[in-house]
Amino acid sequence: MPQYNEKVLAHFTQPRNVGEIEDPDGVGEVGNPVCGDMMKFTIRVREGILEDVRFLTFGCGAAIAVSSMVSEMAKGKTLEEALAISNRDVAGELGGLPGNKMHCSNLGADALHRAIWDYQVRQGILDPSEVPPEAGHDHGEEPAACGSGEEEGPEREGSAGDG
Amino acid sequence: MGPQETGKGIINLDYGAAAPLDPDVVAAMLPYLTEHYGNPSSGHSLAEEPRRALAEARQAVAGLIGAPPERLVFAASGSEANNLAIKGVAARTPGGHIVTSAIEHYSVLNPIRTLQKLGYEATFLPVDQQGRVDPATLADAIRPDTILVSIAAANPEIGTIQDLAALAGVAARRKVPFHTDGVAAAGWIPLAVREMGIGLCSVAGDQFYGPKGTGALYVAPGIPLAPLVEGGIQERGLRAGTENVPALVGMGAAARKAAADRSGRAARVAGIRDALREALFAGIPYLHLNGHPTDRLPHNLHVSVEFVEGEALFMHLDMAGILVSSGSSCASQALKSSQVLAGIGVGPELAQGSLQFTLGRDSDPGDVPRVAEELRRIAALLRQMSPLYRDYLRKGGSDATIQ
Repeated sequence: MPQYNEKVLAHFTQPRNVGEIEDPDGVGEVGNPVCGDMMKFTIRVREGILEDVRFLTFGCGAAIAVSSMVSEMAKGKTLEEALAISNRDVAGELGGLPGNKMHCSNLGADALHRAIWDYQVRQGILDPSEVPPEAGHDHGEEPAACGSGEEEGPEREGSAGDG
Repeated sequence: MGPQETGKGIINLDYGAAAPLDPDVVAAMLPYLTEHYGNPSSGHSLAEEPRRALAEARQAVAGLIGAPPERLVFAASGSEANNLAIKGVAARTPGGHIVTSAIEHYSVLNPIRTLQKLGYEATFLPVDQQGRVDPATLADAIRPDTILVSIAAANPEIGTIQDLAALAGVAARRKVPFHTDGVAAAGWIPLAVREMGIGLCSVAGDQFYGPKGTGALYVAPGIPLAPLVEGGIQERGLRAGTENVPALVGMGAAARKAAADRSGRAARVAGIRDALREALFAGIPYLHLNGHPTDRLPHNLHVSVEFVEGEALFMHLDMAGILVSSGSSCASQALKSSQVLAGIGVGPELAQGSLQFTLGRDSDPGDVPRVAEELRRIAALLRQMSPLYRDYLRKGGSDATIQ
Protein backbone atom coordinates (compact mmCIF):
# COMPACT_ATOMS: atom_id res chain seq x y z
CA MET A 1 0.00 0.00 0.00
CA PRO A 2 1.40 3.42 -0.86
CA GLN A 3 2.33 5.64 2.06
CA TYR A 4 -1.00 7.38 2.55
CA ASN A 5 -2.11 8.76 5.89
CA GLU A 6 -5.37 7.86 7.64
CA LYS A 7 -7.21 10.94 6.36
CA VAL A 8 -6.29 10.24 2.74
CA LEU A 9 -7.35 6.62 3.17
CA ALA A 10 -10.65 7.73 4.74
CA HIS A 11 -11.45 9.97 1.76
CA PHE A 12 -10.33 7.24 -0.64
CA THR A 13 -12.54 4.56 0.90
CA GLN A 14 -15.51 6.85 1.67
CA PRO A 15 -15.35 9.62 -0.91
CA ARG A 16 -17.77 12.52 -0.41
CA ASN A 17 -19.85 14.09 -3.20
CA VAL A 18 -19.31 11.45 -5.87
CA GLY A 19 -21.44 11.92 -8.95
CA GLU A 20 -22.52 14.35 -11.59
CA ILE A 21 -25.02 17.20 -11.26
CA GLU A 22 -27.72 17.11 -13.89
CA ASP A 23 -27.79 20.29 -15.98
CA PRO A 24 -24.86 21.76 -14.03
CA ASP A 25 -24.02 25.44 -13.99
CA GLY A 26 -20.38 24.66 -14.70
CA VAL A 27 -18.20 21.70 -15.71
CA GLY A 28 -14.44 21.36 -15.23
CA GLU A 29 -12.22 18.52 -16.43
CA VAL A 30 -8.49 17.98 -15.97
CA GLY A 31 -5.98 15.21 -16.56
CA ASN A 32 -6.08 12.29 -18.92
CA PRO A 33 -5.91 8.51 -18.70
CA VAL A 34 -2.32 8.44 -20.00
CA CYS A 35 -1.18 10.00 -16.76
CA GLY A 36 -3.54 7.82 -14.81
CA ASP A 37 -5.62 10.62 -13.35
CA MET A 38 -8.67 12.34 -14.75
CA MET A 39 -11.17 14.44 -12.81
CA LYS A 40 -14.51 15.92 -13.77
CA PHE A 41 -16.23 18.42 -11.48
CA THR A 42 -19.79 19.68 -11.91
CA ILE A 43 -21.11 22.62 -9.86
CA ARG A 44 -24.43 24.24 -8.96
CA VAL A 45 -24.20 27.97 -8.20
CA ARG A 46 -26.85 29.95 -6.28
CA GLU A 47 -26.32 33.67 -5.60
CA GLY A 48 -22.56 33.41 -5.94
CA ILE A 49 -22.34 30.40 -3.64
CA LEU A 50 -21.33 26.85 -4.56
CA GLU A 51 -24.52 25.16 -3.51
CA ASP A 52 -23.42 21.76 -4.79
CA VAL A 53 -20.14 20.26 -5.99
CA ARG A 54 -19.86 16.74 -7.41
CA PHE A 55 -16.94 14.86 -8.89
CA LEU A 56 -16.09 11.85 -11.00
CA THR A 57 -12.51 10.62 -10.90
CA PHE A 58 -10.51 8.03 -12.80
CA GLY A 59 -7.33 7.70 -10.83
CA CYS A 60 -5.23 6.39 -8.02
CA GLY A 61 -5.91 6.58 -4.30
CA ALA A 62 -4.51 10.09 -4.03
CA ALA A 63 -6.59 11.38 -6.95
CA ILE A 64 -9.82 10.07 -5.43
CA ALA A 65 -9.01 11.43 -1.97
CA VAL A 66 -8.04 14.82 -3.42
CA SER A 67 -11.28 15.06 -5.41
CA SER A 68 -13.32 14.21 -2.36
CA MET A 69 -11.49 16.75 -0.19
CA VAL A 70 -11.82 19.53 -2.77
CA SER A 71 -15.54 18.96 -3.08
CA GLU A 72 -15.89 19.16 0.67
CA MET A 73 -13.77 22.30 0.97
CA ALA A 74 -15.60 24.10 -1.85
CA LYS A 75 -19.19 23.35 -0.96
CA GLY A 76 -20.94 26.40 0.54
CA LYS A 77 -18.10 28.75 -0.37
CA THR A 78 -18.36 31.83 -2.58
CA LEU A 79 -16.82 31.53 -6.05
CA GLU A 80 -14.00 33.85 -4.98
CA GLU A 81 -13.25 31.73 -1.91
CA ALA A 82 -13.34 28.56 -4.00
CA LEU A 83 -11.02 30.04 -6.62
CA ALA A 84 -8.55 30.79 -3.83
CA ILE A 85 -8.27 27.11 -2.88
CA SER A 86 -4.93 25.82 -4.19
CA ASN A 87 -3.77 22.26 -4.81
CA ARG A 88 -1.31 22.83 -1.96
CA ASP A 89 -4.19 23.77 0.37
CA VAL A 90 -5.95 20.52 -0.54
CA ALA A 91 -2.86 18.44 0.17
CA GLY A 92 -2.47 20.32 3.45
CA GLU A 93 -6.08 19.68 4.41
CA LEU A 94 -5.48 15.98 3.70
CA GLY A 95 -2.51 16.02 6.07
CA GLY A 96 -0.01 15.63 3.24
CA LEU A 97 0.47 13.41 0.22
CA PRO A 98 3.46 11.25 -0.79
CA GLY A 99 5.96 13.35 -2.72
CA ASN A 100 5.53 11.53 -6.00
CA LYS A 101 1.76 12.13 -5.89
CA MET A 102 1.92 15.89 -5.31
CA HIS A 103 1.95 16.81 -8.99
CA CYS A 104 0.38 13.93 -10.83
CA SER A 105 -2.66 13.32 -8.70
CA ASN A 106 -3.17 16.60 -6.92
CA LEU A 107 -5.29 18.30 -9.58
CA GLY A 108 -8.58 18.66 -7.74
CA ALA A 109 -8.40 22.41 -7.23
CA ASP A 110 -7.58 22.83 -10.92
CA ALA A 111 -10.69 20.86 -11.89
CA LEU A 112 -12.83 22.93 -9.49
CA HIS A 113 -11.42 26.19 -10.87
CA ARG A 114 -12.17 25.09 -14.42
CA ALA A 115 -15.78 24.36 -13.44
CA ILE A 116 -16.07 27.84 -11.92
CA TRP A 117 -14.51 29.49 -14.99
CA ASP A 118 -16.91 27.50 -17.17
CA TYR A 119 -19.79 28.91 -15.11
CA GLN A 120 -18.36 32.43 -15.41
CA VAL A 121 -17.97 32.07 -19.19
CA ARG A 122 -21.56 30.84 -19.45
CA GLN A 123 -22.69 33.84 -17.41
CA GLY A 124 -20.69 36.25 -19.56
CA ILE A 125 -18.57 37.25 -16.56
CA LEU A 126 -15.42 35.81 -18.15
CA ASP A 127 -14.31 35.88 -21.76
CA PRO A 128 -13.34 32.36 -23.04
CA SER A 129 -9.94 33.75 -24.04
CA GLU A 130 -9.28 34.59 -20.40
CA VAL A 131 -9.55 30.96 -19.27
CA PRO A 132 -5.99 29.73 -18.65
CA PRO A 133 -4.88 26.69 -20.66
CA GLU A 134 -4.49 23.49 -18.73
CA ALA A 135 -0.98 23.22 -17.36
CA GLY A 136 1.17 20.17 -16.93
CA HIS A 137 -0.83 17.70 -18.94
CA ASP A 138 -0.67 17.49 -22.68
CA HIS A 139 -3.58 15.56 -24.08
CA GLY A 140 -2.88 13.05 -26.78
CA GLU A 141 0.82 12.42 -26.63
CA GLU A 142 2.33 10.71 -23.66
CA PRO A 143 4.17 13.23 -21.52
CA ALA A 144 7.75 12.46 -20.57
CA ALA A 145 6.53 12.34 -17.01
CA CYS A 146 3.09 13.04 -15.66
CA GLY A 147 3.12 16.01 -13.35
CA SER A 148 4.57 19.47 -13.44
CA GLY A 149 8.12 18.53 -14.29
CA GLU A 150 9.47 19.69 -10.96
CA GLU A 151 10.48 16.12 -10.39
CA GLU A 152 11.46 14.55 -13.68
CA GLY A 153 10.05 11.05 -13.90
CA PRO A 154 13.05 8.80 -13.51
CA GLU A 155 14.09 7.45 -16.85
CA ARG A 156 14.82 4.16 -15.21
CA GLU A 157 12.59 2.00 -13.24
CA GLY A 158 13.05 -1.31 -11.62
CA SER A 159 9.86 -3.22 -11.33
CA ALA A 160 10.10 -5.05 -8.08
CA GLY A 161 9.54 -8.69 -7.92
CA ASP A 162 11.64 -10.48 -10.43
CA GLY A 163 15.14 -9.32 -9.96
CA MET B 1 -12.00 -2.50 6.84
CA GLY B 2 -8.76 -4.44 6.91
CA PRO B 3 -8.43 -8.21 6.97
CA GLN B 4 -7.79 -8.06 10.72
CA GLU B 5 -11.24 -6.63 11.30
CA THR B 6 -12.99 -9.00 8.93
CA GLY B 7 -11.31 -11.99 10.50
CA LYS B 8 -10.42 -13.29 7.06
CA GLY B 9 -6.87 -14.25 6.23
CA ILE B 10 -4.57 -12.53 3.79
CA ILE B 11 -4.66 -13.93 0.26
CA ASN B 12 -1.29 -13.35 -1.34
CA LEU B 13 -1.50 -13.22 -5.13
CA ASP B 14 1.76 -11.36 -5.51
CA TYR B 15 4.23 -14.21 -5.03
CA GLY B 16 6.28 -12.85 -7.95
CA ALA B 17 7.37 -10.05 -5.63
CA ALA B 18 8.20 -12.30 -2.71
CA ALA B 19 7.51 -15.87 -1.68
CA PRO B 20 8.14 -17.47 1.69
CA LEU B 21 11.20 -19.67 2.00
CA ASP B 22 10.56 -23.37 1.91
CA PRO B 23 11.19 -24.69 5.46
CA ASP B 24 13.58 -27.30 4.01
CA VAL B 25 15.51 -24.44 2.42
CA VAL B 26 15.80 -22.65 5.76
CA ALA B 27 16.99 -25.87 7.39
CA ALA B 28 19.59 -26.40 4.67
CA MET B 29 20.91 -22.85 5.10
CA LEU B 30 21.21 -22.68 8.87
CA PRO B 31 24.46 -24.63 9.38
CA TYR B 32 26.22 -22.29 6.93
CA LEU B 33 25.14 -19.27 8.93
CA THR B 34 26.62 -20.77 12.08
CA GLU B 35 28.85 -23.81 12.30
CA HIS B 36 30.13 -23.91 8.72
CA TYR B 37 30.95 -20.24 8.39
CA GLY B 38 34.23 -20.77 6.56
CA ASN B 39 35.27 -19.05 3.36
CA PRO B 40 35.15 -21.57 0.49
CA SER B 41 38.30 -20.01 -1.00
CA SER B 42 40.43 -20.63 2.10
CA GLY B 43 43.10 -23.28 1.97
CA HIS B 44 42.45 -24.75 5.40
CA SER B 45 39.98 -27.29 6.67
CA LEU B 46 37.31 -24.76 7.68
CA ALA B 47 36.77 -24.15 3.96
CA GLU B 48 36.01 -27.76 3.14
CA GLU B 49 32.37 -27.99 4.13
CA PRO B 50 31.32 -24.60 2.66
CA ARG B 51 33.21 -25.49 -0.53
CA ARG B 52 31.48 -28.84 -0.77
CA ALA B 53 28.07 -27.28 -0.10
CA LEU B 54 28.65 -24.58 -2.70
CA ALA B 55 29.54 -27.20 -5.31
CA GLU B 56 26.40 -29.13 -4.42
CA ALA B 57 24.30 -25.97 -4.76
CA ARG B 58 25.89 -25.23 -8.11
CA GLN B 59 25.02 -28.70 -9.30
CA ALA B 60 21.39 -28.33 -8.17
CA VAL B 61 20.86 -24.94 -9.80
CA ALA B 62 22.54 -26.11 -13.00
CA GLY B 63 20.31 -29.17 -12.95
CA LEU B 64 17.21 -26.99 -12.94
CA ILE B 65 18.14 -25.52 -16.34
CA GLY B 66 19.96 -28.48 -17.86
CA ALA B 67 23.38 -26.90 -17.58
CA PRO B 68 26.73 -28.40 -16.63
CA PRO B 69 27.50 -27.05 -13.12
CA GLU B 70 30.97 -25.78 -14.01
CA ARG B 71 29.41 -23.30 -16.44
CA LEU B 72 27.36 -21.56 -13.75
CA VAL B 73 28.36 -18.20 -12.23
CA PHE B 74 26.61 -17.34 -8.97
CA ALA B 75 25.38 -13.77 -8.52
CA ALA B 76 23.33 -11.81 -6.02
CA SER B 77 20.14 -11.50 -8.07
CA GLY B 78 18.56 -12.20 -11.42
CA SER B 79 19.12 -8.55 -12.24
CA GLU B 80 22.84 -8.92 -11.63
CA ALA B 81 22.96 -12.04 -13.79
CA ASN B 82 21.24 -10.12 -16.62
CA ASN B 83 23.68 -7.24 -16.25
CA LEU B 84 26.62 -9.62 -16.25
CA ALA B 85 25.42 -11.31 -19.41
CA ILE B 86 24.85 -8.09 -21.34
CA LYS B 87 27.65 -5.86 -20.12
CA GLY B 88 29.99 -8.84 -19.85
CA VAL B 89 29.59 -9.81 -23.51
CA ALA B 90 29.67 -6.17 -24.60
CA ALA B 91 32.94 -5.54 -22.75
CA ARG B 92 34.61 -8.31 -24.71
CA THR B 93 33.19 -7.23 -28.07
CA PRO B 94 33.33 -3.42 -28.10
CA GLY B 95 31.00 -1.32 -30.17
CA GLY B 96 28.69 -3.98 -31.54
CA HIS B 97 24.97 -4.31 -32.02
CA ILE B 98 22.56 -5.93 -29.55
CA VAL B 99 19.10 -7.28 -30.33
CA THR B 100 16.46 -7.51 -27.62
CA SER B 101 12.69 -7.15 -27.37
CA ALA B 102 10.58 -4.18 -26.38
CA ILE B 103 9.11 -6.00 -23.37
CA GLU B 104 12.23 -7.11 -21.53
CA HIS B 105 12.73 -6.58 -17.82
CA TYR B 106 14.44 -3.33 -16.84
CA SER B 107 17.56 -5.26 -15.82
CA VAL B 108 17.93 -6.11 -19.52
CA LEU B 109 16.63 -2.89 -21.08
CA ASN B 110 18.57 -0.48 -18.89
CA PRO B 111 22.04 -2.05 -19.35
CA ILE B 112 21.40 -2.01 -23.10
CA ARG B 113 20.36 1.66 -22.96
CA THR B 114 23.55 2.39 -21.04
CA LEU B 115 25.58 0.61 -23.71
CA GLN B 116 23.84 2.68 -26.38
CA LYS B 117 25.17 5.80 -24.67
CA LEU B 118 28.64 4.28 -24.91
CA GLY B 119 28.36 3.82 -28.66
CA TYR B 120 26.79 0.37 -28.95
CA GLU B 121 23.76 0.01 -31.16
CA ALA B 122 20.56 -1.79 -30.21
CA THR B 123 17.39 -3.05 -31.83
CA PHE B 124 14.29 -3.43 -29.65
CA LEU B 125 12.16 -5.99 -31.46
CA PRO B 126 8.41 -5.48 -31.49
CA VAL B 127 6.24 -8.26 -30.11
CA ASP B 128 2.76 -9.34 -31.14
CA GLN B 129 -0.35 -8.62 -29.09
CA GLN B 130 0.26 -11.71 -26.97
CA GLY B 131 3.84 -10.71 -26.31
CA ARG B 132 5.60 -13.17 -28.64
CA VAL B 133 8.75 -12.36 -30.60
CA ASP B 134 8.53 -13.66 -34.17
CA PRO B 135 11.67 -15.68 -35.03
CA ALA B 136 11.54 -14.24 -38.57
CA THR B 137 11.66 -10.70 -37.14
CA LEU B 138 14.67 -11.71 -35.09
CA ALA B 139 16.39 -13.16 -38.16
CA ASP B 140 15.87 -9.89 -40.02
CA ALA B 141 17.25 -7.84 -37.15
CA ILE B 142 20.54 -9.70 -36.79
CA ARG B 143 23.41 -7.89 -38.54
CA PRO B 144 27.02 -8.84 -39.23
CA ASP B 145 28.05 -6.73 -36.21
CA THR B 146 25.44 -8.18 -33.82
CA ILE B 147 27.21 -9.35 -30.67
CA LEU B 148 24.26 -10.55 -28.58
CA VAL B 149 20.57 -11.41 -28.68
CA SER B 150 18.70 -11.18 -25.37
CA ILE B 151 15.10 -12.37 -25.09
CA ALA B 152 13.43 -13.55 -21.89
CA ALA B 153 12.15 -17.11 -21.70
CA ALA B 154 8.91 -15.83 -20.18
CA ASN B 155 7.72 -12.36 -19.34
CA PRO B 156 7.42 -11.81 -15.57
CA GLU B 157 4.57 -9.35 -15.98
CA ILE B 158 2.16 -10.77 -18.57
CA GLY B 159 3.46 -14.33 -18.32
CA THR B 160 3.89 -14.97 -22.05
CA ILE B 161 6.30 -17.80 -22.85
CA GLN B 162 8.53 -17.40 -25.92
CA ASP B 163 9.34 -20.09 -28.45
CA LEU B 164 12.84 -20.16 -27.03
CA ALA B 165 14.21 -23.04 -29.08
CA ALA B 166 13.19 -21.31 -32.33
CA LEU B 167 14.64 -17.94 -31.26
CA ALA B 168 17.88 -19.48 -29.99
CA GLY B 169 18.08 -21.46 -33.24
CA VAL B 170 17.92 -18.28 -35.30
CA ALA B 171 20.77 -16.76 -33.28
CA ALA B 172 22.81 -19.97 -33.48
CA ARG B 173 22.53 -20.10 -37.28
CA ARG B 174 23.99 -16.59 -37.39
CA LYS B 175 26.61 -17.53 -34.77
CA VAL B 176 25.43 -14.82 -32.35
CA PRO B 177 25.38 -15.56 -28.60
CA PHE B 178 21.83 -15.92 -27.31
CA HIS B 179 21.02 -14.78 -23.78
CA THR B 180 17.73 -15.53 -22.11
CA ASP B 181 16.44 -13.94 -18.93
CA GLY B 182 15.08 -17.09 -17.33
CA VAL B 183 14.28 -15.47 -14.00
CA ALA B 184 10.49 -15.71 -14.24
CA ALA B 185 10.58 -19.07 -16.01
CA ALA B 186 13.06 -21.15 -14.00
CA GLY B 187 11.32 -23.60 -11.72
CA TRP B 188 8.00 -23.17 -13.54
CA ILE B 189 8.57 -24.25 -17.13
CA PRO B 190 11.21 -26.59 -18.57
CA LEU B 191 14.46 -24.85 -19.46
CA ALA B 192 17.13 -26.96 -21.13
CA VAL B 193 19.88 -24.56 -22.06
CA ARG B 194 22.11 -27.06 -23.84
CA GLU B 195 19.35 -28.70 -25.86
CA MET B 196 17.90 -25.33 -26.82
CA GLY B 197 21.25 -23.88 -27.86
CA ILE B 198 21.14 -21.09 -25.30
CA GLY B 199 24.45 -19.33 -24.69
CA LEU B 200 23.60 -17.44 -21.52
CA CYS B 201 20.73 -17.91 -19.07
CA SER B 202 19.93 -15.90 -15.94
CA VAL B 203 17.97 -17.29 -12.99
CA ALA B 204 17.04 -16.05 -9.50
CA GLY B 205 16.54 -18.22 -6.43
CA ASP B 206 13.68 -16.20 -4.96
CA GLN B 207 11.43 -17.11 -7.88
CA PHE B 208 11.42 -20.78 -6.84
CA TYR B 209 11.25 -20.51 -3.04
CA GLY B 210 14.93 -19.84 -2.46
CA PRO B 211 16.26 -16.78 -0.68
CA LYS B 212 16.20 -13.25 -2.06
CA GLY B 213 19.60 -11.99 -3.13
CA THR B 214 20.53 -15.12 -5.07
CA GLY B 215 21.01 -15.47 -8.78
CA ALA B 216 23.09 -17.32 -11.32
CA LEU B 217 24.20 -17.00 -14.92
CA TYR B 218 24.85 -19.97 -17.16
CA VAL B 219 27.65 -19.24 -19.62
CA ALA B 220 28.17 -21.71 -22.46
CA PRO B 221 31.71 -22.54 -23.53
CA GLY B 222 33.07 -20.11 -26.09
CA ILE B 223 30.94 -17.13 -25.02
CA PRO B 224 33.21 -14.14 -24.44
CA LEU B 225 32.41 -12.65 -21.04
CA ALA B 226 34.12 -10.07 -18.82
CA PRO B 227 33.28 -9.75 -15.11
CA LEU B 228 31.30 -6.83 -13.70
CA VAL B 229 32.93 -7.17 -10.30
CA GLU B 230 36.68 -7.63 -10.40
CA GLY B 231 38.91 -8.75 -7.61
CA GLY B 232 39.62 -12.33 -6.62
CA ILE B 233 39.14 -15.37 -8.79
CA GLN B 234 35.89 -16.59 -7.28
CA GLU B 235 33.38 -17.91 -9.81
CA ARG B 236 36.17 -18.62 -12.31
CA GLY B 237 37.13 -14.96 -12.27
CA LEU B 238 33.71 -13.92 -13.55
CA ARG B 239 32.47 -12.53 -10.25
CA ALA B 240 34.85 -11.49 -7.53
CA GLY B 241 33.86 -11.47 -3.88
CA THR B 242 33.34 -14.17 -1.28
CA GLU B 243 30.31 -16.23 -2.20
CA ASN B 244 27.24 -15.86 0.01
CA VAL B 245 27.39 -19.51 0.97
CA PRO B 246 24.24 -19.81 3.16
CA ALA B 247 22.07 -18.02 0.59
CA LEU B 248 23.46 -20.03 -2.32
CA VAL B 249 23.04 -23.28 -0.37
CA GLY B 250 19.41 -22.19 0.06
CA MET B 251 19.10 -21.49 -3.65
CA GLY B 252 20.49 -24.95 -4.35
CA ALA B 253 18.07 -26.64 -1.97
CA ALA B 254 15.17 -24.74 -3.55
CA ALA B 255 16.36 -25.65 -7.05
CA ARG B 256 16.55 -29.33 -6.14
CA LYS B 257 12.95 -29.30 -4.90
CA ALA B 258 11.76 -27.24 -7.86
CA ALA B 259 13.38 -29.64 -10.31
CA ALA B 260 11.89 -32.69 -8.61
CA ASP B 261 8.39 -31.27 -8.38
CA ARG B 262 8.25 -28.76 -11.25
CA SER B 263 5.56 -30.29 -13.43
CA GLY B 264 3.29 -31.24 -10.52
CA ARG B 265 3.67 -27.82 -8.93
CA ALA B 266 3.05 -26.06 -12.24
CA ALA B 267 -0.03 -28.12 -13.08
CA ARG B 268 -1.61 -27.60 -9.67
CA VAL B 269 -1.02 -23.84 -9.64
CA ALA B 270 -2.18 -23.50 -13.26
CA GLY B 271 -5.43 -25.19 -12.25
CA ILE B 272 -6.08 -22.58 -9.58
CA ARG B 273 -5.02 -19.80 -11.94
CA ASP B 274 -7.46 -21.04 -14.59
CA ALA B 275 -10.28 -21.20 -12.03
CA LEU B 276 -9.48 -17.64 -10.95
CA ARG B 277 -9.45 -16.45 -14.53
CA GLU B 278 -12.81 -18.09 -15.20
CA ALA B 279 -14.35 -16.64 -12.04
CA LEU B 280 -13.09 -13.13 -12.77
CA PHE B 281 -14.35 -13.13 -16.33
CA ALA B 282 -17.70 -14.58 -15.28
CA GLY B 283 -18.27 -11.81 -12.74
CA ILE B 284 -16.70 -8.69 -14.22
CA PRO B 285 -17.70 -7.17 -17.56
CA TYR B 286 -15.19 -5.15 -19.58
CA LEU B 287 -12.30 -7.20 -18.29
CA HIS B 288 -9.39 -7.88 -20.65
CA LEU B 289 -6.76 -10.62 -20.53
CA ASN B 290 -3.20 -9.48 -21.20
CA GLY B 291 -0.56 -11.87 -22.48
CA HIS B 292 -0.91 -15.17 -24.28
CA PRO B 293 -4.16 -17.08 -23.67
CA THR B 294 -2.42 -20.45 -23.28
CA ASP B 295 1.38 -20.16 -23.60
CA ARG B 296 1.87 -18.39 -20.32
CA LEU B 297 3.57 -19.06 -17.00
CA PRO B 298 1.41 -21.41 -14.94
CA HIS B 299 1.29 -19.04 -11.97
CA ASN B 300 0.57 -15.83 -13.87
CA LEU B 301 -2.70 -14.05 -14.62
CA HIS B 302 -2.75 -10.50 -15.95
CA VAL B 303 -5.89 -8.50 -16.66
CA SER B 304 -7.02 -4.95 -17.32
CA VAL B 305 -10.17 -3.68 -15.65
CA GLU B 306 -11.55 -1.13 -18.10
CA PHE B 307 -12.54 2.39 -16.95
CA VAL B 308 -10.66 2.27 -13.64
CA GLU B 309 -7.14 2.76 -12.39
CA GLY B 310 -4.90 0.01 -11.01
CA GLU B 311 -3.59 1.59 -7.83
CA ALA B 312 -7.12 2.30 -6.65
CA LEU B 313 -8.02 -1.31 -7.44
CA PHE B 314 -5.10 -2.81 -5.60
CA MET B 315 -5.52 -0.51 -2.59
CA HIS B 316 -9.12 -1.63 -2.20
CA LEU B 317 -8.03 -5.24 -2.69
CA ASP B 318 -5.28 -4.80 -0.10
CA MET B 319 -7.88 -3.49 2.39
CA ALA B 320 -9.91 -6.60 1.65
CA GLY B 321 -6.86 -8.72 2.43
CA ILE B 322 -5.98 -9.55 -1.18
CA LEU B 323 -2.48 -8.73 -2.38
CA VAL B 324 -1.78 -8.15 -6.07
CA SER B 325 0.33 -5.75 -8.14
CA SER B 326 -0.46 -3.30 -10.90
CA GLY B 327 1.26 -1.94 -13.99
CA SER B 328 -0.45 1.42 -13.65
CA SER B 329 1.82 4.45 -13.67
CA CYS B 330 0.47 5.60 -10.33
CA ALA B 331 1.33 2.29 -8.78
CA SER B 332 4.95 2.58 -9.84
CA GLN B 333 7.37 4.69 -7.87
CA ALA B 334 8.56 6.27 -11.11
CA LEU B 335 4.96 7.10 -12.17
CA LYS B 336 5.48 5.50 -15.56
CA SER B 337 3.22 2.82 -16.86
CA SER B 338 4.48 -0.58 -17.90
CA GLN B 339 6.68 -0.82 -21.00
CA VAL B 340 5.43 -4.39 -21.37
CA LEU B 341 1.78 -3.39 -21.78
CA ALA B 342 2.75 -0.62 -24.20
CA GLY B 343 4.81 -3.20 -26.10
CA ILE B 344 1.84 -5.51 -26.63
CA GLY B 345 -0.30 -2.59 -27.77
CA VAL B 346 -2.43 -2.16 -24.65
CA GLY B 347 -3.58 1.49 -24.71
CA PRO B 348 -2.72 3.82 -21.84
CA GLU B 349 -6.21 3.71 -20.37
CA LEU B 350 -6.29 -0.09 -20.16
CA ALA B 351 -2.69 -0.19 -18.98
CA GLN B 352 -3.68 2.05 -16.06
CA GLY B 353 -6.32 -0.49 -15.04
CA SER B 354 -4.02 -3.50 -15.08
CA LEU B 355 -3.68 -6.05 -12.32
CA GLN B 356 -1.11 -8.80 -12.07
CA PHE B 357 -1.77 -11.97 -10.10
CA THR B 358 1.17 -14.25 -9.36
CA LEU B 359 0.05 -17.40 -7.62
CA GLY B 360 2.25 -19.63 -5.55
CA ARG B 361 2.45 -23.27 -4.66
CA ASP B 362 0.62 -22.48 -1.39
CA SER B 363 -2.28 -20.80 -3.20
CA ASP B 364 -5.64 -22.19 -2.15
CA PRO B 365 -8.33 -22.97 -4.74
CA GLY B 366 -10.85 -22.22 -1.98
CA ASP B 367 -9.86 -18.53 -2.11
CA VAL B 368 -10.94 -18.09 -5.73
CA PRO B 369 -14.60 -17.15 -5.04
CA ARG B 370 -13.64 -14.52 -2.45
CA VAL B 371 -11.09 -12.91 -4.78
CA ALA B 372 -13.56 -12.85 -7.68
CA GLU B 373 -16.33 -11.39 -5.53
CA GLU B 374 -14.12 -8.69 -3.99
CA LEU B 375 -12.74 -7.61 -7.35
CA ARG B 376 -16.25 -7.54 -8.83
CA ARG B 377 -17.44 -5.33 -5.95
CA ILE B 378 -14.41 -3.01 -6.16
CA ALA B 379 -14.55 -2.66 -9.94
CA ALA B 380 -18.22 -1.69 -9.74
CA LEU B 381 -17.50 0.79 -6.94
CA LEU B 382 -14.71 2.53 -8.84
CA ARG B 383 -16.61 2.49 -12.12
CA GLN B 384 -19.44 4.35 -10.41
CA MET B 385 -17.08 7.27 -9.89
CA SER B 386 -15.22 6.97 -13.19
CA PRO B 387 -15.80 9.73 -15.76
CA LEU B 388 -14.65 7.30 -18.44
CA TYR B 389 -17.33 4.79 -17.49
CA ARG B 390 -20.04 7.49 -17.36
CA ASP B 391 -18.97 8.67 -20.82
CA TYR B 392 -19.15 5.12 -22.09
CA LEU B 393 -22.69 4.73 -20.75
CA ARG B 394 -23.71 8.08 -22.22
CA LYS B 395 -22.51 6.92 -25.62
CA GLY B 396 -24.81 3.93 -25.39
CA GLY B 397 -22.64 1.33 -23.67
CA SER B 398 -24.48 -1.08 -21.48
CA ASP B 399 -24.18 -0.94 -17.73
CA ALA B 400 -23.26 -4.42 -16.77
CA THR B 401 -21.60 -3.65 -13.47
CA ILE B 402 -24.40 -2.61 -11.22
CA GLN B 403 -26.21 -5.34 -9.48
